[in-house]
Amino acid sequence: MSGTPPLLAARALTKHYGTVEALRGASFEARAGEVVALVGDNGAGKSALVKCLSGVETPDAGEIVFDGAPVRFTSPTDARAMGIETVYQDLAVAPDLDPAANLFLGRELRKPGLLGRLGVLDKAEMRRRATREFARLGVRLPSVDVPIGALSGGQRQSVAVARSVVWASRVVFMDEPTAALGVVQRQRVLDVIRRVRDEGIAVVLISHNMPEVLAVADRVEVLRLGQRVARFQAADTTVEQLVGAMTGALTQEDAA
Amino acid sequence: MTTAKQSVVDTPEEGDDPSRPAAWQRLRSANTLWIGLVLLALCVVFGALRPEAFLTLFTAQTLLIEASVLLVLAVGMTFVIITAGIDLSVGSVLVFAGVVGAKTMEALSPGGDATDAGWGVIAAGLVVSLLGGGAWGLVNGLLIARARIPALIVTLGSFGAALGAAQLITDGVDVRTVPSALANTLGSGTSLGVVPNLVLLAVAVTVLGDLVLRTTRFGRHTYAIGSNAEAARRAGIAVTRHLVLVYLLVGLLAGLAGFMSLAYFRTTTISGHSTDNLNAIAAVVLGGTSLFGGLGSVLGTVIGVFIPAVLTKGFVILHVQAFWQPIAVSVVLVAAVWFDQVRRRARNRS
Repeated sequence: MSGTPPLLAARALTKHYGTVEALRGASFEARAGEVVALVGDNGAGKSALVKCLSGVETPDAGEIVFDGAPVRFTSPTDARAMGIETVYQDLAVAPDLDPAANLFLGRELRKPGLLGRLGVLDKAEMRRRATREFARLGVRLPSVDVPIGALSGGQRQSVAVARSVVWASRVVFMDEPTAALGVVQRQRVLDVIRRVRDEGIAVVLISHNMPEVLAVADRVEVLRLGQRVARFQAADTTVEQLVGAMTGALTQEDAA
Repeated sequence: MTTAKQSVVDTPEEGDDPSRPAAWQRLRSANTLWIGLVLLALCVVFGALRPEAFLTLFTAQTLLIEASVLLVLAVGMTFVIITAGIDLSVGSVLVFAGVVGAKTMEALSPGGDATDAGWGVIAAGLVVSLLGGGAWGLVNGLLIARARIPALIVTLGSFGAALGAAQLITDGVDVRTVPSALANTLGSGTSLGVVPNLVLLAVAVTVLGDLVLRTTRFGRHTYAIGSNAEAARRAGIAVTRHLVLVYLLVGLLAGLAGFMSLAYFRTTTISGHSTDNLNAIAAVVLGGTSLFGGLGSVLGTVIGVFIPAVLTKGFVILHVQAFWQPIAVSVVLVAAVWFDQVRRRARNRS
């Protein structure tokens, strides 16, 4: 696995928020067709790193390499244009819109011809494709006609995950995608993650749940105090090793 | 590009087309059905009590004409409130637009008397009214969306400033020379024998507003921003630009309403629009549009415009003191907002 070049890589990123140094030369790699977990204690710099890699923020120094070439994202739209999507922890959905409208939010399909040029939506087509995508990803909804706010928390989360996954063609970041989910829903999201990985997309999973990380991830990278401190193959790693790396009890010399 | 993306974009197999949501379902969910039944009940009650006075062509015509200007304002207000915004300035912008339109027509007429002005002058007046309204809308939108000043404060400011500007231009004296050609056609003319032209224009604006809101991407983004502006921003919607456009739209409609008012009253009625903003907001909210954004419809707003109008007419016909009308409207308004709150709380608990 380490033979393939990384699809998306961060090299020695630094990022300050006022006097706080969130990233101090952090590096990170994600390869196509693998689930890589990004773990670390609170304040280790996971969010800052993901924000830099998904275009929400620009790093102060360091380099982001995508598909072998250095890139600069000035907005999330830049990153999205390259097939990089993010599932946010705080469920960025529009609760008053139905699941299909949320899936196509910002990417609405328009009718062919003159009506489309006037901005008229092709609602039937969006509903049809949304229904199919939800089925493909195993998202089960009681109805695709109700506002998302009327769905359960787990169903809402599933729609948020599905929205990013459907549009991600290269990389998808998932920030705590299973937080606040029941056992069955959690399992379903993990299945989605594996399915997306098998389609050749790089999945970056941010999670505090170590057993879950080891269950679904292929590799794990550990951040501590704004730097990468360890890298593991998930198959031969224990929760104790991860926690040791996160707390500073264990460091790998070559990881940074 | 790769499989995940393509499976959304290429043509799907058949058999997975779910039935469309029934129209009545959507109506029920937005309180529109209930408020529509209230309007129907009012008409039935007044019609049953005094059929010879209430159910007449003349009553219908005056009811519709008197509601036309407010309806145009309220259609714009519907867009603003769906984005979780507010516009308190519409009445003053209406006055300002009427004043600059009327002053333009006077300036283009010999001797400063526009009474006998032709259609070229009238067209110039219309354009200037629209520009005047649009300018205030643009200023509101930029201050709200770009400078991030709360809409309540920005439009409270332009509420005062637009009226002040109108009074400065006119020295506080209403412009009284309005082209007869305009007043006799748009103001008091009818088409097809019975339909007032003013009403036709208001209906056209309303139908267009409804189509834009329900069927276009502009409308979809309006709902999305009101529902969760952060989600809309992350989804790549240009939220700032869209909000500026929405306030520009309501300004343009206020400008059109100012021109309509000019045609109907044959004067600028500077002091007559101080509560237009509240009437428009009340109509929108009565119609089931949520002050918290993300939910609402133009159809609901139409109903919301006519409930106060029908109450006024009915009370006059029944010789009930007209002062009861605002009280009755207020009760319905507060009840409508209360229903919206209860509905939201019930939904968010799940």
